[in-house]
Amino acid sequence: MVGGLFIIITSQNYLKKVVGLAIFQTAVFVFFVSLAKVLDGTAPILTKMANAYSNPLPHVLILTAIVVGVATSALGLALVLQIYKNYETIEEKEIEFLELKSDK
Amino acid sequence: MNFLLINFFLISLLLVTTFFIFKTTSLISVVALTGAFTLLCSAIYVNLDAVDVAFTEAAVGSGISTILMVMAAAKLPEGKKNKLINLFPSIILAVAISLILIIIIANLPLLGDPNAPIHLHVVPEYLKESKDFFHIPNVVTNILASYRGFDTLGETIVIFTAGLGVIALLTSNTLNRKTNFKKNKKNER
Repeated sequence: MVGGLFIIITSQNYLKKVVGLAIFQTAVFVFFVSLAKVLDGTAPILTKMANAYSNPLPHVLILTAIVVGVATSALGLALVLQIYKNYETIEEKEIEFLELKSDK
Repeated sequence: MNFLLINFFLISLLLVTTFFIFKTTSLISVVALTGAFTLLCSAIYVNLDAVDVAFTEAAVGSGISTILMVMAAAKLPEGKKNKLINLFPSIILAVAISLILIIIIANLPLLGDPNAPIHLHVVPEYLKESKDFFHIPNVVTNILASYRGFDTLGETIVIFTAGLGVIALLTSNTLNRKTNFKKNKKNER
């Protein structure tokens, strides 16, 4: 999780920043699902053989969150493409350089 | 015991993958490593008994989002080996956040404890009732579509809005930045 945050802040490449965001999200999801685990439990599908089930509620929340996460990264990728169209680069320092040059 | 060992192995693989995503500069290999990362995550979900989540992660997280990223990376230029920015403050931030998280995790109930507060409310009723109400053995489906149907409706609205945003961004040609820079470049030449 911290690795994802680290990538977001330190990379100059915007596509890598989007990837870092996705990693950050996925780490939170793994943490959430790990809270739902019950030892000796099975997947929450009702059968006669099992006597303990894992908690289904976090699973539901994470199902929703995964799909929303994909929507977020799609929007981020569209932004990156639009930035590339306008500046012809996706490196942060080069864009700052172009901005400074256009101000003069 | 077996369960913990498998989990430990998979999570250390995740860390290795994250490290290599951090190191590589080539965009297409970053995208491929992200696909591997999400696939490993779905293996972890299976290990943690969350089969529905693993299914969704493998299909949506590792499938669709990798396809989207490949399509974006095909249009973008090759990544350059640039210096890392903000290196020092981000190291401090990362260490501080991991310390806080470790302190918090030490106070959580143990992994797999059946008497943790999360397992004692609401959920026992879901597990007991939902079969009689909806006649579907899969409790996750029952909660997703029936008990928390409005959540799912909200999710659909979010996706719709994101789709609108993507279409608006990809089809707009009216941003004035573009014309500015094109003019500047022509003047230079």
